[in-house]
Amino acid sequence: MQTKPVWVKSLSGLFLGLGLAMTAPLQAAETITLGAAVSLTGKYSTAGNHTKKGYDLAVKLINDGGGVNVGGKKYQIAVKYYDDESTPARGAQLAERLIKQDGVKFLLGPYSSGLTKAIAPVTEKYGVPMVEANGASRSLFNKGYRYLFAVLSTSEQYLQSAVDLVAEVAKSNGRPLSSVKVAGVFENDPFSQDIRAGVIDDISRLGLKLVIDDKLPPDLNDMAATLTKVKALKPDLLVVSGHSKGATLAIRQLSEMKVNVPMLAMTHCESAKIHKTFPGKSDYTLCATQWAETMSYRDDVFGSAGDFAKTFEAAYDYVPPYQAAESSAAVLVFADAFTRAGSFDPVKVRDALAATDMQTFYGFVKFDATGKNIAKPMALRQIQGGKYVVVAPVDKAAGELQHPIPTWDKR
Amino acid sequence: MWANINILWEAPGFLVDLLANGLLIGSIFALAAFGMALVWGVMNIINIVQGEYVMLGGFVTFYLVQAGIPPLFGVPVAAAVLFILGWGMYRVVIHRVVDKDMFISILATFGISILLAQLTNELFGSDVRTVEAGLDTLQFLDGMVSISEIKLLAFVLTLTIGLTLWLFLKRSRLGQAIRATAQNPRAARILGIDTDRVFAATYALNAALCGAAGALVVMAWAIHPYIGLPYTVRSFMIVVTAGLGNIGGVVVAGLGLGALENLAGFVLGAEFQIAFVFTLMVVILVLRNLLLRRQRKYLK
Repeated sequence: MQTKPVWVKSLSGLFLGLGLAMTAPLQAAETITLGAAVSLTGKYSTAGNHTKKGYDLAVKLINDGGGVNVGGKKYQIAVKYYDDESTPARGAQLAERLIKQDGVKFLLGPYSSGLTKAIAPVTEKYGVPMVEANGASRSLFNKGYRYLFAVLSTSEQYLQSAVDLVAEVAKSNGRPLSSVKVAGVFENDPFSQDIRAGVIDDISRLGLKLVIDDKLPPDLNDMAATLTKVKALKPDLLVVSGHSKGATLAIRQLSEMKVNVPMLAMTHCESAKIHKTFPGKSDYTLCATQWAETMSYRDDVFGSAGDFAKTFEAAYDYVPPYQAAESSAAVLVFADAFTRAGSFDPVKVRDALAATDMQTFYGFVKFDATGKNIAKPMALRQIQGGKYVVVAPVDKAAGELQHPIPTWDKR
Repeated sequence: MWANINILWEAPGFLVDLLANGLLIGSIFALAAFGMALVWGVMNIINIVQGEYVMLGGFVTFYLVQAGIPPLFGVPVAAAVLFILGWGMYRVVIHRVVDKDMFISILATFGISILLAQLTNELFGSDVRTVEAGLDTLQFLDGMVSISEIKLLAFVLTLTIGLTLWLFLKRSRLGQAIRATAQNPRAARILGIDTDRVFAATYALNAALCGAAGALVVMAWAIHPYIGLPYTVRSFMIVVTAGLGNIGGVVVAGLGLGALENLAGFVLGAEFQIAFVFTLMVVILVLRNLLLRRQRKYLK
């Protein structure tokens, strides 16, 4: 066997020494370990990696700032990750492993509602508090879970702000709310149907009229029939939720069939990249988002929302999607709860979490009895000249709402 | 439902819109179904990969446009690429199942369809993709009827391809060989026809037609790796209605399916649009069987 030259050995020795020297102070300080099963491979891997980076960045900033103060002592945070391969069954197994084998007492959430749904019963069984940032389905919050906390807005709120907005516009124009017509197109899957439920609640609360309520089968690759109906019934607001495919088809076919609507709101604009695929045609579209970097929230760790975006971009070389932002916020919420609980006793931390009332760069966080965040509204961004501009909620808006959408022959 | 019918009653312009759009949509279904009719008729194979070839045609077009080539070139290029892929697929898998039980060929093509969808997902990701053809929309009846030029193009293309295919089968030597093989492969072989080559050509031609359809789908709607199955199902339905190898019948059945489907989506609501397609399929299968029974035949 060939031995390595002396300089290689000494160099590697030097690096080893340096590495030890660098990790030494970390090991000296006490560490609290959070566990997380995140989708690093499989169909959610893109979003799963955003989630992990969000967690990592918050942990790094908290540790760089000296750690968390718990009972008068400073603790560093560490996260133990597993890859759940985007499969719920694996997620549940890994949660069990984190708790029973690795002795982790606190969990950060996985990516997606499906995975969160699989893990929540496990954390509940062992009394392990979980703060999650990527499970928005409302079915997570009607099971009576006590150890589950979500920092994001739940899915039924996604397009409610659009319904509120159309009502506001009608009021300011002196129109009776009962004359405001809303058309909805929702894919026939649990997530989009959650969104539909929220929209319908809001419509009946405000006394608007729902004129179209179409459920698109996931297999269907065509909205022509529904859009002909939109053409005929002339609603004041069209809401569309059907993942990337729904967003893409809606813009494609609205522009192709020259269907005019005064207001158009949808989900998944960003993931469908409609501002890039349909430059010009996608303008005026209102897009629901959990968070935007231009919003005026702030905290002590990251600074403002804009500062978070800068820090994130410096670390990972891309603009943070909201999945990363909400994941960072989840870590901040845990850190805050540790400090207020003054201990790492899961029950005390759970009670501290339940009493959370704070502002982060991501928005306000305050949980109701079911564990969902009720202090942060969904935001609406309008595509204006190919750029996303926050137009609602009004106090966080960065620009004016452009309304009504000009008809196609004038665009 | 009655409210929707009422709309059509009061403003028949929308009925025209639905039917016109439906016919144009149906032409793309027909284009994807031509090949299935051929492959089924000639090789006695129900090709489940149909929809995946459509999807791949869309991907070829998408990447051509990314490379800066005008979208409409996607139609011939996707057809050419898929022709080669189809030929290769025949050489690797399909030729092994030609003479076998239909169940085996269904299983084999089903396997290929899963493989292609998953491979596409692995290689290109699951994003939804679409291409702007840069064409406009024609409007009639005060904007009530709108017809996009890309769908019109698809319609014209389908009719042209259908006619060419019909002439090709009737007149050209390969076409005659294909028909001879369809009637009786053994006799064709005895008469000196290289049936293996005929099969390969038929199968590759089928993939090419699907590729062309896929290029139109990505320009008229959108594609993603798992979009295939609905196109397979519709092709199957069209062929069952039209009869094997009946090119004219495929056009008529395709257009009819498109129009009916669009109308059903409007009247019953979008959630029943696909359900309507399946129900229609069952009805047609039962009806055909009844008609055939009169002649003491049965549906294979």
